[in-house]
Amino acid sequence: MLGSNVSISGLSKSFGDFKALKDVSLEIKKGEFFSLLGPSGCGKTTLLRLIAGFEDPDSGLVSIDGRDVTGLPPDKRRCNTVFQSYALFPHLTVFENVAFPLRIRKTPGKKVRELVKRHLDLVQLEKHADKKPSQLSGGQKQRVAIARALINEPSVLLLDEPLSALDAKLRQHMLVELDSIHDEVGITFIYVTHDQAEALSVSDRIAVMDGGKILQVGSPQDIYENPKAEFVARFIGDTNLFSGKVVSFSNGISLVQDERIGAIKVEAGNEAPEGSWVSVAVRPEKIRISLAPPAEAGPLGNVVKGMVDEPIYSGFQSKYYVRTPGGGHLVVFRQHAQWSEGVPDIKWKDEVWLSWSARDAVVVEASGTSIAPVVSGDSLDE
Amino acid sequence: MSRRKVPSFSDAVFWTVVVFLFMPLFVLLLYSFNASKGGTFTGFSLVWYERLFFGSDQLWKAFGKSVSIALGSASLATFLGTLAAVGTSRYKFFGKGYVQAMSFVPMILPEIVMGVSLLVFFAGLGLKLGMATILIAHTTFNIPFVYLLVSARLEEFDSSVIEAARDLGANEMQTLLKVIVPMIVPGILSGWLTAVTLSLEDFVITFFVAGPGSTTLPLYIYSAIRFGVSPVINALSVVMVVGTVLLVYPSRRFLKAFAAGA
Ligand SMILES: Nc1ncnc2c1ncn2[C@@H]1O[C@H](COP(=O)(O)OP(=O)(O)OP(=O)(O)O)[C@@H](O)[C@H]1O
Ligand SMILES: [Mg+2]
Repeated sequence: MLGSNVSISGLSKSFGDFKALKDVSLEIKKGEFFSLLGPSGCGKTTLLRLIAGFEDPDSGLVSIDGRDVTGLPPDKRRCNTVFQSYALFPHLTVFENVAFPLRIRKTPGKKVRELVKRHLDLVQLEKHADKKPSQLSGGQKQRVAIARALINEPSVLLLDEPLSALDAKLRQHMLVELDSIHDEVGITFIYVTHDQAEALSVSDRIAVMDGGKILQVGSPQDIYENPKAEFVARFIGDTNLFSGKVVSFSNGISLVQDERIGAIKVEAGNEAPEGSWVSVAVRPEKIRISLAPPAEAGPLGNVVKGMVDEPIYSGFQSKYYVRTPGGGHLVVFRQHAQWSEGVPDIKWKDEVWLSWSARDAVVVEASGTSIAPVVSGDSLDE
Repeated sequence: MSRRKVPSFSDAVFWTVVVFLFMPLFVLLLYSFNASKGGTFTGFSLVWYERLFFGSDQLWKAFGKSVSIALGSASLATFLGTLAAVGTSRYKFFGKGYVQAMSFVPMILPEIVMGVSLLVFFAGLGLKLGMATILIAHTTFNIPFVYLLVSARLEEFDSSVIEAARDLGANEMQTLLKVIVPMIVPGILSGWLTAVTLSLEDFVITFFVAGPGSTTLPLYIYSAIRFGVSPVINALSVVMVVGTVLLVYPSRRFLKAFAAGA
């Protein structure tokens, strides 16, 4: 518990018969930029509202700064929320919106002016202090909401998809700004999003949620490179999933028999012992694609032949969907790193060779028994 | 060749409506300046206005009673109706659905039924009919209008604003006074204005629950008219129309400006 800022243990919440959160536990450190990432309806907002105190859990505890706050109303918790819909007070000016918490506490006028000015400077809105919320753009409204939530100097800031109402370009910009605000104020941010790119780019740690449960908690690299569940592998970035029985294990290399792709070498130590069923993920940028067969596979090399089903050009890289003779689908990225004259273009219907190292495969799910899991090796059916 | 304008159907409807709506008012206006008392216009004069302002003590007494009942009942109804609207929109409690459904009943009930039932009710309680009973009756039929107008306003706004206020440190009371009430001010004001108007003009219900010494303006006018229409009433009507317009116009502009600012 030492050094942890928000601590959640065994939190459950139901709405009627529907279990929105199932026994969720988390430790969030002081000053962390922590993201809750998951698809729509997975319970992110519910978890955030339980931390803020808008809702009471059916069971479990929430503590902030080592103090049990379960059951306390929002105004008795040292955290503040930035709402998705901004939730600004329409009848007050920007200045008075930001000053609201201070007015409630009857702070003297001079102190109010000083604090509000500092916070408006922080979000670069000093020029708009006298406007009403209806006269602001979406990005500006969001900044007012952030300044207002920070003025009480909370120990945790909760943000529920604060950027989802903004257009893509502004979103990028605000994200960077949010990151620098985080650096400046130094408090814990708990950031809810369903956008994996957003979460990967700013978070110190990410919790991936699905169906009211937390599947994995870790740094962005951790989550991306070592997904611990098939769902995580699929949800974060593109991925190729193989699954099958481990038919042999020697020198640390497991041979996984995927029914569509064939035998695949996986270096996973004792995570994939002989006879077990495993799901294995390989990121598309780890796979090399070429028109000529690769020189030599080596003991770690995997080589698969296939045909380009669909090339997608996107400027800095191309994405290829490749079909194998066995009916498997693979997705591959190729960076356009150099001037590519002389390197032949890969086009639709081309015969290609795919190769990757056994080291780049990650076991995402394993079962010791020999019951076939109900997953297929088809990474295209999302 | 000049273009001849053929009056279209909609023009015809428009002018018919205008004539039917405003002709009586115009006649009233005209006769309030009539020199004689009869049905023919004999010349311009301000004699009825003079009589209205300097020789109608009874009328002004009745007017005073009407105004105090209107202001009193409108304010009471606004207070109660607003609290009811906030309560039903914000909280869950036993009988909430019943309150919401019943709040409409006084609006759709025929006035005469309401008048009789209130009379029976007051008689049963042993209350002496008079100003107090009129005040209670007017408050009763005004509450639903305020409730409705304020509820409409409450439904419009994003409830996360209230959560934000709580989150930022305001308690229930501060949230009500500093956030909810300011945001529903237009609804409260229009509810109050509606209530004032309804109370000022009410005749039927007042007739049942009035007692000696509580003659309101509509009751006074009714009793005065039984002995023939006095042109003083015409003059009074003109004064009231002008007064209403002067009152309502700025308040509408205020409400519009408020809505634009919000
Ligand atoms: N007040 C409520 N009453 C009933 N069901 C609710 C309520 N609030 C949430 N739910 C349900 O709980 C589940 C989780 O909702 P939640 O709002 O936490 O999802 P989310 O992860 O924030 O999704 P999104 O990304 O769409 O905002 C949803 O299936 C939702 O329908
Ligand atoms: Mg949500």
